[in-house]
Amino acid sequence: MNCADAEVLIHALIDGELDAGHARDVEAHLATCAGCAAKLADFRAMREAMAQADLREAAPAALRSRVVAALPLPPARAAAPRRSWRTFFGGFAVGTMLSAAVAASLVLAVVRNDQDQQIAGEVVSAHLRSLQAGHLTDVETSDQHTVKPWFNGKLDVAPPVIDLTAQGFTLIGGRLDYIDGETVGSVVYRRRAHVINLFVAQHLGAEQRTPKTATVQGFNVRRWSDNGLDFWAVSDIDARELDEFGQKITAALHPPPPPGHS
Amino acid sequence: MGGGTAPWIARHDAMADDGNGERDRTRRFRDAALPYLDDVFTFARYLMRNVADAEDAAQECYLRALRHFDSYRGPAVKPWLLTILRNVCNAEFARRRAQAAPADCAEADDAADQVPMWQEPQATPETEMLRRLNGETIRRLLAALPQPFRETIVLRDINDLSYREIADVVGVPVGTVMSRLARGRSMLRTAWRVEEGSTT
Repeated sequence: MNCADAEVLIHALIDGELDAGHARDVEAHLATCAGCAAKLADFRAMREAMAQADLREAAPAALRSRVVAALPLPPARAAAPRRSWRTFFGGFAVGTMLSAAVAASLVLAVVRNDQDQQIAGEVVSAHLRSLQAGHLTDVETSDQHTVKPWFNGKLDVAPPVIDLTAQGFTLIGGRLDYIDGETVGSVVYRRRAHVINLFVAQHLGAEQRTPKTATVQGFNVRRWSDNGLDFWAVSDIDARELDEFGQKITAALHPPPPPGHS
Repeated sequence: MGGGTAPWIARHDAMADDGNGERDRTRRFRDAALPYLDDVFTFARYLMRNVADAEDAAQECYLRALRHFDSYRGPAVKPWLLTILRNVCNAEFARRRAQAAPADCAEADDAADQVPMWQEPQATPETEMLRRLNGETIRRLLAALPQPFRETIVLRDINDLSYREIADVVGVPVGTVMSRLARGRSMLRTAWRVEEGSTT
């Protein structure tokens, strides 16, 4: 690697955007090039100084009111019928030639699908609520041995609390939340500036052995089941990173067997 | 409804048509998008020259986003909103250019091509520690950068987007994001050094 390459790549190194191979290459160059190493330190210091200066702007209250006023909620319709199941089933009876068996399986699929969509919506709403100031954690600590006992006695099944800090997902605490009318535990992680809520409970949606990732209202939601527990991870990090997160949780729950003694 | 090919879809459409569907949609949009108002306004402040223009752009961004919320499929709300905001601002710059109001159109979209090649100081004072500057000064230095470099630095260091997200917002390859960051930060550092000298 020459200095021209390094001049671009040191920024990706500072920003944590280099894969391990490139990071090694850049670091090898920095070890032999005092000029580039000094630049790295200098740009790091500048980035730090910018972070300290807090260059974000808070939206003025007047703007917030204007925007909210521009997004009016239409009035709720009085006694608006939730499209009733009677109509739904009635449609089948009158309008289709489906056999009872097919109709039954179809309805089952629809009901499950509806329930999962509803839970996905609630999971995202709970995530959004958690992001409001002071709502993120009930117990705030990066020590898994503090979070885990905190859940005991508050839930039927305490969620597994796994420390992934070394793998880039910082454990920041735990919280009780409500999904689908049930109290569930959320284990809260941070990835860079992004929050990940991992909701864990028994019977939170249909069992899903193979992980499924979907985008709901712009958030990525990954759900899977493991050992009778249902997991819902939600965050605004991209789907690939959320997958990585889920895989690390699963891997931690299933450690490889210790090497045999011989 | 009922007898069609996909009853649950028909049912969904029927719900969307009544007032509650609309209400539900707007509520979901508010839940998803309002938490990012500070981010949107921050980006707007660095794109537009004054507070009033930034506020107008942020509001227009939310109105457009609501209109497109039905077709929105990700990836994440923040970069999606910032993309819309950037389009709003660029459309406003184009309108002003068309009106040929010279004072307002300093903000050329293709400013990158007009920038004189930046030259690295021959003797970089490598042993000198960077001096902290206050927020007001840094904002002024950022405002002086041409838009392609300014927006890349702001999206990365202030809005905290990943390179991939920045590439999507700006509509350029990730490699371009990387070179703009490197060049933009070098320009900023040079201006910073001048400022360090003048405030001794």
